[in-house]
Amino acid sequence: MAFEGLTERLQNAMGKLRRKGKITEKDLREAMREIRLALLEADVNFGVVKDFVKTVRERALGAEVLDSLTPAQQIVKIVDEELTKVMGKEAVPLNKAPHIPTIIMMVGLQGAGKTTTAGKLAYRLKKQAKARPLFIAADVYRPAAIEQLQTVAQQVDAPVFQLGTDVDPREIVKQGLAQAAEKKNDYVIIDTAGRLQIDEKLMQELADLKAIAQPNEILLTVDAMTGQNAVNVAESFNQQLDITGVVLTKLDGDTRGGAALSIRAVTGKPIKFTGQGEKLSELDVFHPDRMADRILGMGDMLTLIEKAQTDYDEKKAADLAEKVQENTFDFNDFIDQLDQVQKMGGVKDIMKMMPGMNKIPGADQIQMGPEQIGHMKAVVYSMTPAERVKPGLLNPSRRRRIAAGAGRPIQEVNRMIKQFNQSRKMMNKMSKGNFSGMDQLFGQGMSGKLGKMAMGSMARKQKKRKRKRLKKARRRRK
Amino acid sequence: MGLFNKIKQAFSGQKNETETKTEEKYDKGLAKSRQTFGQRLNALFANFRSVDEEFFDNLEEALIGADVGYEMAVKISDELRDEVKLRNAKSQQEVTQTIIEKLVDIYEAEGADEKNSLNFAEKGPTVILFVGVNGVGKTTTVGKLAHQYQQEGKKVVLAAADTFRAGAIEQLEVWGKRADVPVVTGKAKSDPAAVVYDAVQKVKQEQDDVLLVDTAGRLQNKVNLMNELEKIKRVIHREIPEAPHEVLLVLDATTGQNALIQAKQFKETTDVTGIVLTKLDGTAKGGIVLAIRSELKVPVKLVGLGEQIDDLQAFDPNEFVYGLFKDLVQPDAAKTDD
Repeated sequence: MAFEGLTERLQNAMGKLRRKGKITEKDLREAMREIRLALLEADVNFGVVKDFVKTVRERALGAEVLDSLTPAQQIVKIVDEELTKVMGKEAVPLNKAPHIPTIIMMVGLQGAGKTTTAGKLAYRLKKQAKARPLFIAADVYRPAAIEQLQTVAQQVDAPVFQLGTDVDPREIVKQGLAQAAEKKNDYVIIDTAGRLQIDEKLMQELADLKAIAQPNEILLTVDAMTGQNAVNVAESFNQQLDITGVVLTKLDGDTRGGAALSIRAVTGKPIKFTGQGEKLSELDVFHPDRMADRILGMGDMLTLIEKAQTDYDEKKAADLAEKVQENTFDFNDFIDQLDQVQKMGGVKDIMKMMPGMNKIPGADQIQMGPEQIGHMKAVVYSMTPAERVKPGLLNPSRRRRIAAGAGRPIQEVNRMIKQFNQSRKMMNKMSKGNFSGMDQLFGQGMSGKLGKMAMGSMARKQKKRKRKRLKKARRRRK
Repeated sequence: MGLFNKIKQAFSGQKNETETKTEEKYDKGLAKSRQTFGQRLNALFANFRSVDEEFFDNLEEALIGADVGYEMAVKISDELRDEVKLRNAKSQQEVTQTIIEKLVDIYEAEGADEKNSLNFAEKGPTVILFVGVNGVGKTTTVGKLAHQYQQEGKKVVLAAADTFRAGAIEQLEVWGKRADVPVVTGKAKSDPAAVVYDAVQKVKQEQDDVLLVDTAGRLQNKVNLMNELEKIKRVIHREIPEAPHEVLLVLDATTGQNALIQAKQFKETTDVTGIVLTKLDGTAKGGIVLAIRSELKVPVKLVGLGEQIDDLQAFDPNEFVYGLFKDLVQPDAAKTDD
């Protein structure tokens, strides 16, 4: 879960401030120290951290904060604004050439994910812009690099131009571009070999390729797990090639991804995409503002709400809310909830978007893949209709029968019933608009003003739906 | 000769006579990392006036900047704070010396009964399993090691258990050809455990010496993929009870703090017995090694120092640490070297 550690630490630092009505300069210094170390621990470059902390401290030390009634709010706001400033304001789209073809050159260190990203990019362009991309295989050094590109290209269903490994990459690119012009490909993606930024010979080769191809887009591919070194790499590639954008890969790992923050700060070049998995479709546009929110412990609430709105069947949601109101949340609803969770992309995906979720002890231990959800469903389907509606019926003998029917161990059945009960309790509370229990559940993250705001907006939306529903029901009665 | 003596010697200006070829290679490979680490500390001392809080903040930062890790950096700077007070060190020279001695102390304490060489079967085939996240250099390392063992006259077999990534099997086949060793392959997207099973059978039948298993890169937080790795290990263990003799985690030296999490997670799943630190010829920092040794006690066994087939070296902690600190204790020698 990217950035989680950073979120946690900032929350801790801010938590100290939050408890006080007014803060002293000493408090502020302590909080700033926490923020500084959190950023450093997240692999943000120390130069960037220094500037960042200095700016925040200077702004925070201004009168408006120290005299303000809600100093913590002010600091959260400043940190958020500064984070957004460092990371850029909005998503930057891919450059496009005025005349076809648009030429994209992939560069980076070894093993950063250039070829995979090239494939994802072509997939995206084909899907969204009905593009006809051509790959040029310019990695003649690494064994089987061309085969890899060919396999990826086959999956995307796009042609590859290659001349084997005995031809100079400059020549390959020249001929490849000629073929693209002839076949009228609208996008050309050049996959180059991975190289160290200090390898003068290979860096010169890239400069030559740039001169030959005149690319509209030079994308530096950087592993999100890179440490302090990320800045050296980005700076060096940028100096020698004047890159146009960055792709941050392997962000689906549990790295804190501080590299994202520092690369932008040091090079001034936007991060355009993030790699979020091994499938061809798993390339996302980078949203700097959302990322800043996520760092601050707001979670990717925006994304979650959006996702929930499109995925969650309105009617089902209404039915559920009605049932919750009557406190008859039963196993049928539980199954429905699981279905929705599955639709929205698994518990883990949702969890990491929720603010402060990382604070629950052992939250990272929750392993609820499609398999586990399948097992839970099997257990519920092994219940009689009466049992599903009245969970109170479930005595040990019935539980044993259910376990045998579902083919799961009895412990798992018991655990699931426990989970169901917790779920019921929470839904009940939420329907009454009481979030105090949730506070504890979600940890400190929820107690923040911003967290409250997010929860508030969710609750308001729920209430709105309820009002609508009641109106409808009344009309139906008439 | 102990590391400590080596550094002391360097301090007193004695010339070091034990320069070997490997050491030169380390020197070359580490020139960059040493520069950054040493330079940073030197810069720190140049500005150093008195031992104050800001100085220790800067020291912490310098250590973190070398990817040592936050906890480790704080631990070191805390201990140094006490040490410096204790010794009432005031001059630059005194503080420098205190820091070096402390770092060496910490480093040596962690590696007291560490075994740096690879574990081989007493009888029958030795199985070495390579694991790690995507793009760290597993296949390249397998290729280099195959070449090395082949040169030593061992009968080596490679298992292409990365059936997932496009071109991975072909990549290993190229390495197999270069090193002149057979490669057991399966179909793309087939069960990697099945490929490993076939390879183990082949090795048992032909009474080969070494089986190197290349697996697909996987992020440590992907539960299903980690389970797959566990299965591969189980298959090996079932066929040869004492195998795998080594489970080597391949780590990219440019990785930041996530390397620790990787090591932790992979250790939990596959009981990693050693680490291969790759891409150390780049602008890699040595700091991560300090952190891994300190927090996990898993020894680094091999280091990758370049892209050539013979650029894989046994890890020598003494030389490694000496390489890192050389600039610091012998600033003049470093200059004449360049």
